[in-house]
Order: sequence, then structure tokens, then C-alpha cells
Amino acid sequence: MNTSTVIQVENLTKRFGNFTAVDTISFEVKKGEIFGFLGANGAGKTTAIKMLIGLSKPTDGMGKVAGFDIAKEPEQIKKNIGYMSQKFSLYNDLTVKQNIRFFGGIYGLSKEKIRQKTHTILTELDLESVAKKPVAELPLGWKQRLAFAISMVHEPEIVFLDEPTGGVDPNVRRQFWETIYYVAGQGRTVFVTTHYMDEAEYCDRVSIMVDGKIEALDTPNTLKKQFNATSMDEVFLKLAR
Amino acid sequence: MINVFWAFVKKEWYHIIRDKRTLLILFGMPVAQVLLFGYAISTEFKGAEIDVLDYAQDESSVQLIHHLQSSGHFTLHNILTSEQEMEKGFKEGTTKLVAVIPRDFDKELFNGQPITLQLITDGSDPNNANTLVQYATTMLNDFQREQLSMRSTPFQIRVESRMLYNPQLVSAYTFIPGTIALILLIVCAMLTSLTIAKEKELGTMEILLVSPLPPLVIILGKVTPYAVLAFIDAVLILLLGYFVFKVPVLGSVALLLFCCLLYVLVGLSLGTLISTRSSSQQQAMMSSLMGLMMPSLILSGFIFPLSSMPGILQLIGQIIPATYFIEILKGIMLRGVGLQFVYLEILVLLGMVMVLLAFAWKNFNVRLQ
Repeated sequence: MNTSTVIQVENLTKRFGNFTAVDTISFEVKKGEIFGFLGANGAGKTTAIKMLIGLSKPTDGMGKVAGFDIAKEPEQIKKNIGYMSQKFSLYNDLTVKQNIRFFGGIYGLSKEKIRQKTHTILTELDLESVAKKPVAELPLGWKQRLAFAISMVHEPEIVFLDEPTGGVDPNVRRQFWETIYYVAGQGRTVFVTTHYMDEAEYCDRVSIMVDGKIEALDTPNTLKKQFNATSMDEVFLKLAR
Repeated sequence: MINVFWAFVKKEWYHIIRDKRTLLILFGMPVAQVLLFGYAISTEFKGAEIDVLDYAQDESSVQLIHHLQSSGHFTLHNILTSEQEMEKGFKEGTTKLVAVIPRDFDKELFNGQPITLQLITDGSDPNNANTLVQYATTMLNDFQREQLSMRSTPFQIRVESRMLYNPQLVSAYTFIPGTIALILLIVCAMLTSLTIAKEKELGTMEILLVSPLPPLVIILGKVTPYAVLAFIDAVLILLLGYFVFKVPVLGSVALLLFCCLLYVLVGLSLGTLISTRSSSQQQAMMSSLMGLMMPSLILSGFIFPLSSMPGILQLIGQIIPATYFIEILKGIMLRGVGLQFVYLEILVLLGMVMVLLAFAWKNFNVRLQ
């Protein structure tokens, strides 16, 4: 495995009874890449992600994340990745500060490190004025940026974002993507699923899943040429048909 | 790892103190329940209104009527003159019991002949009717004994009864143990299953599972605060019972607390089991209410004696943890017994913890696949 490859998947398969949710998919993701993982609802995106982050055991095939085997070393993987789920996943009844501290705590950061991280996150996201307010009182866009920052509180190599921008307006989405670029600029890998096709254009490379299989994988520009399309939306429609 | 655990417990603590509903269940409910059971639900009664249909109308029957009123349990409402008037009192609700004194009451009493004295009650309220008949019968026997002993009949049996462990038949003696059993179950099983189901519903459980936290630490971190609070509740109820209703703890307090701990473990494993089975708070709530609260209230011998139930219900009663826990509590608190008299019940509860934990653990792991 190339040193700059941080995710490597070969013939990964997940079956539930007779139903094959993920069907022999293979791909590689390089360090610092923004990798778009696209597909319609039910195409198998979430099942694939769950296997990569160690929540679900593969039926067949192999995969390595951050150099660890997904079937045998899920505990090692968990220490090296961040994850933001499509459901909003902070504690609404806890304050902004308490949320940061809690997640810092469960990732085993030292007290000093937690204090430092809290300060950094609050200043970077400009949340100092609401640090002691329950998260429930923040606007959705702020909550999502906070959730993203918190998913990286332990400074992981790779961060998995499962539809991070669902339900927010285009303006906030653009801001969110700026943060993603900033993170990738630090050398971290961002693995992101989305169903907004305009967002697919922002990715370095995208894969498109249809019925459990990866039907296309390349840079947005190459894909557009390959499918003779003007936008990713069109590529997606041609594939899904 | 211990720091991680504390971070978790601290977070759980914030959830609890910010949620007024949980606080109300934790501290409002035990107090309300104890006071409610203590003052409202009581099998004792005072001043029940009775009618007397007196066919005899002589000295003895008047004495009997006085005697019935002497204890304060009965007050005479009406002296009837004919059978036709009897139903009126029941229908109007002014009377709960009618005593029919036969014409030859005086003669039969002193000749030592069998006397038939009729007691008529309102059967639409059977529990109450039973209690009234029991009281009245006791008083009639007393009366007979008094009358006969005045005339020194040589052969007679004096029945003297004493209620051991609860001489005044105070209902608090039975509901304090029952309430402890119920509240501990609510706090340990219902609240923990709710809080775990809440994390699932909100999606935060997924985040916790992606973190390096071992599943066991997640579960322990979630249940520990509730275990502590359940303990505080148990002590609160014991204190309320002791200071407000004078319910004693005759046996070893240490043994009592140990048994509470064991029962808390049963509750927590039940709660964990329920939560692995339910994906929403509503589901967890329904399971704990229907599957735990109702049976524990009705079939544990807390309110209704188990021995008078049909076989199948008795059988269900036997697999309810509360049944054993209430037995243990009554034994230690009221009869002051030691370990040698409650070890069987303790073993049963221990067995239950093992089985439930095994199931919960299996379910939890299956869900992760």
C-alpha cells in the first residue's frame, strides 16, 4: 500500500440475508483528498461508510483505513477517524462548551488539551458569546459547523461526513465547504457523502454508487467528459437511469 | 479509561439536572407516591354508617347497638322497622351495612342457643364489604363474650388475637416496601431504558459507538448515575416511612441496603435489555410500563395478595423481581430477620441479574453487527 493512500478498499461486500447492500466495491483515497461518495438513497452509501468506520462487519472483501484492517482492528480505526452523521449529533441540552469538553473527554484528551481545544474551536467558529448557551438555541448552520469541529476534536487523519449539509441554505453550505477545504489543506482526508450535485463539483474525486456497485469514479471534470455532460447532476442522472 | 468514564458520567449528570421531567420522576414521584398511599389508599376505616333492623327491641339489642358504636368504627345512621326500608339506605348511599337483630335475640343469647344475626352489605364494593363484615363479626363475638362472662358460663373459649409485626395493621407497613420496589424499578429500568433509547433516537449513540469508547463503558457510564440516584431514592422513601408513618427497620440496615443494591442491578439490567430492544423513547416507555410497572404493581403481592390469584397469575408473579424484593424488605424491615431467612430470595434475584445481563449483552452485540 502506497504511503499516501489512507483508505484502501478491495471487493468490499455486505449482504443482509439475500440482499446485497454493498456489492464488491473497490477504491483508494489519498491523503489530503476530498473524496465525494455519491449515490441515491438506498444505493448502499451508509452501509459502506458503516463498514469503513468500524460499526459494521464486512461479509466479504477487505478494507484498510489509516493503515488498519476494518474487519480486525476497528478499535484502532476509531481512534484515527472523525465522524459526523447525517442526523445532528451533538447534545442539545448541553452547552456549546460542555459538548466540546465531553467529546474531548471520550477521546481521551488531557485536561490541558481539552482546554486548549475548547478555546480554539470557540474562537475559530466565533462562538465565544454563546459558549454557555445550550446547543439547542443555536441556528442550524452554526450547529453543523460546531458538529464538524467537534468531530475533529482529537485531530484525526481522516474525517467521514455523512450528508453534513442536509437541510441548510446554500449560503451556509458554501461556508461549510470552505471549512472542508481548510481541513483538507491541513493534510487531512475528507470522505464526504452528499446528494447535492453542486457539492460534488467541489470534490477532488467522486465515486457514484448505484444499487450497491460503484459505477463511476474519477475527478468531476473527467466524469463530465466521459458522460458527455455539462454538470455532475447530468452525470448522475445518466448513471442512475 | 477512568477519566473517560467520568467525562461520561458528568455528561449524563448534566442531562438529568437539565431535564425537569426526569427530576420530577426522580424526586417528586417517590414523595407523592408515599404520601398518596399513606393517606389516600388505606384499608382502615372509621365511622362507617350502618343501619340496624331491630326486631327484638329489648335491653340486649339496645346494648348490642351501643356496643357496635363503641369502637368508633361504626356510626348508627338509622334504626329501621321493616325489611322494606333496608334497600333505601344502600341505594342512597347513606349506609354501608345493615345488621338484622332477630326477635328472640335476648332469649337465645341467655339460653345458649344458636343465634342467627344477619349482616347485609353493599356487594358492589366487595373489598369494603368484606372488611366491614370482619369488623362487625369481631365486635359481635366480643359482645357475646362479655354478656356470657357476666353470667359466668363455665365453658367458653376466649379468642385473643395479636397481629405480630404490625399490631395496629397500619397500611404504611405494606406500602413502604412496595413503593421502594416500584420506584427503584422505575428509576433503574424505565429511566435508563429511556435515556439509552433517547441517544439512539437522536443519533448520538452512533457517534458514541464510532468513538474509541468500549460499549461496556458507554452502558456503565449511562447507568451509573441512575444507580446512585435510585439508591438515594430508596433511602428517601425509608426516611419518609420512618419519620412520617413510623415504619421501622428492625433488621440490619446494611443487609437492607445490600438487597437494594442487588435489586438496583436487576432494574438496570432490565433497563439495558429493554433499550437494546427499542429504537425510540416511546417504545422504551411502553415496554417498561406494560412489561414492568403493571405486573410489578399488580402481581408482586404489593397491593393484592398473590395467594388469592388464579394459578397462571401466581406463576407470572413468581418471575417478577419485585415479588422477591418485597418479601426481602418485609422480612428485614418488619420482622427483623437476618440473612438466613432471606437468602433464597437473594439467590433468586442474583440468578435474575445473571440471566438478564447475559441477554442484554447478547442483544447489544448483535445490534452492533
